[in-house]
Amino acid sequence: MAKHVVTAVVNGDEVDFTCRTDQTLLDVLRTELYLTGSKNGCGTGDCGACTVIMNGRPVNACLVLGAEVGSAEIETIEGMAKGGELHPLQRKFLEHAALQCGVCTPGILNMAKVFLEKNPDPTEIEVRYGLAGNLCRCTGYDKIVRAVMDAAEEMRTSGS
Amino acid sequence: MLGAEGPKAKVFAGGTDLLVQMKEQLIEPSLLIDLKKIAETRKIAFEKDVVRIGAAVTGAEMGENDKLKAMWPGVVEAVELIGSYQIQGRATMGGNLCNASPAADSVPALIAADARVVIAGPNGTREVAVEKFPTAPGKTCLDKGEFVVSILLPIPPKHSGDAYLRFIPRTEMDIAVVGAGVAMTLDGKGTCTAARMSLGAVSATAQLVEPAANILIGNKLTDAVLESLADVARKACKPIDDKRGTIKFRTQVAGVLACRAAKIAWQRAEKN
Repeated sequence: MAKHVVTAVVNGDEVDFTCRTDQTLLDVLRTELYLTGSKNGCGTGDCGACTVIMNGRPVNACLVLGAEVGSAEIETIEGMAKGGELHPLQRKFLEHAALQCGVCTPGILNMAKVFLEKNPDPTEIEVRYGLAGNLCRCTGYDKIVRAVMDAAEEMRTSGS
Repeated sequence: MLGAEGPKAKVFAGGTDLLVQMKEQLIEPSLLIDLKKIAETRKIAFEKDVVRIGAAVTGAEMGENDKLKAMWPGVVEAVELIGSYQIQGRATMGGNLCNASPAADSVPALIAADARVVIAGPNGTREVAVEKFPTAPGKTCLDKGEFVVSILLPIPPKHSGDAYLRFIPRTEMDIAVVGAGVAMTLDGKGTCTAARMSLGAVSATAQLVEPAANILIGNKLTDAVLESLADVARKACKPIDDKRGTIKFRTQVAGVLACRAAKIAWQRAEKN
């Protein structure tokens, strides 16, 4: 298959990369750009571990082709903390111990970030539905849901 | 390009089915054509008689279009049932049609809505009713070199409503065991003047249940009418028996969902 030269904006920086037609955005992030925070779970869009934010929408990076992302803006977990300061979601995940092995965490944080932008004051059920595309086989989800609810509250009161 | 390359060329929009099939090595395309680069496939246009929804419009975009949601809430809800938020940002109605799964959620809703598929190919464009588009599981009526450009939904008359319901054993992220779509129009006094009912996942392709129209038209939604509706729904079932649902179960549920969808469509029609 053909090779493509692609320019995209990743975490605010313009980057160029070369990829084959059949290489996914996840392959590109991990093997071409060395951004290994996005995890390869199922590779078929079921688990959400590779969730990144593309032009403001959450997507499974394993179901996007690298060749498609020309001029797109992509946010990965590596861009979530700003200036060495953790995002409130990241901080709350640590405080609530909302992770164990950590493979699902980057995807969940990205999904939760977009979800809270759209719904800053969600109910617990809304959070659970919002994260329905992210599987975690360790925590049983309760701590994740609590961390997201707590982060939402902090973000509402601090206006961040 | 599509015609010259032959069957090994694949058109894709959201890629949420295609990339999975490639990963599982079910298909090995020699050429991928990104439909999204054709501007016409990315638009929702409200025309005089139809809403033209581009084949590469995503589920998330449909869900954010309030005007479309007000006209065809059942169709939009059916599309929004497909996968997670992550999938919704990519998956399209055009792709759901072309993947041709008998359990595709958007297809029964589109059939009930009397939607048409606009197909482009080497010999120009043609239109096909949605119920004629899938021909067998995984197969469509697309000829060599053809692809779907858009889907046309009629502009519904006053007092119209639609609904789509499915049964899944989980609460989210699952494939329909049975799906039922109903669209109808009422007169000012609450009597049905037009109706279409469809079923998914209970035959090789989603189907229009033609006798349902006769049962509904000229009537109000009485218990007796609902009972007849459930009956024709069950008679139309030719399901497979598998781990996700037995023949008996799917047939029973088809009747139940048909009635529930009819009630919702009716309520919506009364309010519109």
